[in-house]
Amino acid sequence: MTTETIPAPRSSYAPPKKRRVNWEKWGWLYMRISGLFLVVLIFGHLFVNLASGAGVREIDFAFIAGKYATPFWIVWDTLLLWFALIHGANGMRTIVNDYAHRVVLRRVLLTAILVSTVVLLVLGTLVIYTFDPCPANAAAGTLPTFCPVK
Amino acid sequence: MPENSAGTLAPQPVAKPKIKPPRRLAGTLYRGREGMWSWVLHRITGVSIYFFLLVHILDTSVVRISPQAYNAVIDQYKTPIMGLGELALVIAIGYHALNGLRIILIDFWSVGARHQRLLFIIVILLWIVLVAGFAPRQISNIILEATGHPSA
Ligand code: HEM
Repeated sequence: MTTETIPAPRSSYAPPKKRRVNWEKWGWLYMRISGLFLVVLIFGHLFVNLASGAGVREIDFAFIAGKYATPFWIVWDTLLLWFALIHGANGMRTIVNDYAHRVVLRRVLLTAILVSTVVLLVLGTLVIYTFDPCPANAAAGTLPTFCPVK
Repeated sequence: MPENSAGTLAPQPVAKPKIKPPRRLAGTLYRGREGMWSWVLHRITGVSIYFFLLVHILDTSVVRISPQAYNAVIDQYKTPIMGLGELALVIAIGYHALNGLRIILIDFWSVGARHQRLLFIIVILLWIVLVAGFAPRQISNIILEATGHPSA
């Protein structure tokens, strides 16, 4: 009869050879820090666009032009775009990792999240910073009042 | 010294379990109760908001095509169906944001984890207050728009 030897518990593992960046930890932290920023950014956004005044009924091109006449909402929307999209994409990454067990499916989904995030960040940022409040192709009556009369 | 490391199998006095089993069958994988349901709701709302955000960035980008194109898109947001959609969006974000703050308190505040249940009740109460504050405004805006009081 052989004696089974059970190793002593709580003996330390051999230390890893090289310490790498713990990306999961930084992702975890990012979800929480961006969450704090998003509370302010999102509720400010929703209050101005949905709740105050006539709510969504007062939004049109001229309304946007009015908001973007000062840097305040340009900065606000930039922060909102980047924080929210990266937060959402990283959350979706977690969910894909939880449920997509087949290697190929997981690859495809994770790639789709990454590509769509990069494309939308670039698109959204370009839209914010190339916005023209008085474009030449505007139909009559769509421009804000501060545009020069044609 | 296997005697020391493995411990003995002598019968221990059976302590009364402090954690009560759930009254109803709660499945085998998760434990049910507010801990699980808060997470389920957080996940569902997170995914919903994410897909809305994808669409919302695209529809807002139309503002760079022409004012009339943008106005046509944003007019869709003023229809009754989208009006209810906006209400649903605020309900979803309201829960996700409040429960997100609860998660942050549980993770970083020494007291948070112990009182996660109380925190969940507070989340639900604040959520109700938030929705009760917004829903009447939104519903009156839907009615005003539908009954021919177009954009202010
Ligand atoms: C309003 C402020 C917000 C707060 C305070 C917040 C908070 C959080 C926190 C703390 C987590 C991490 C959960 C965990 O690691 O276990 C999380 C997850 C997540 N969030 Fe948010 N969030 C906010 C807004 C958003 C927005 C705008 C989106 C969508 C674009 C979003 C989508 C997600 C998704 C998809 C997850 C992953 C859910 C899961 O793993 O179950 N969140 N949120």
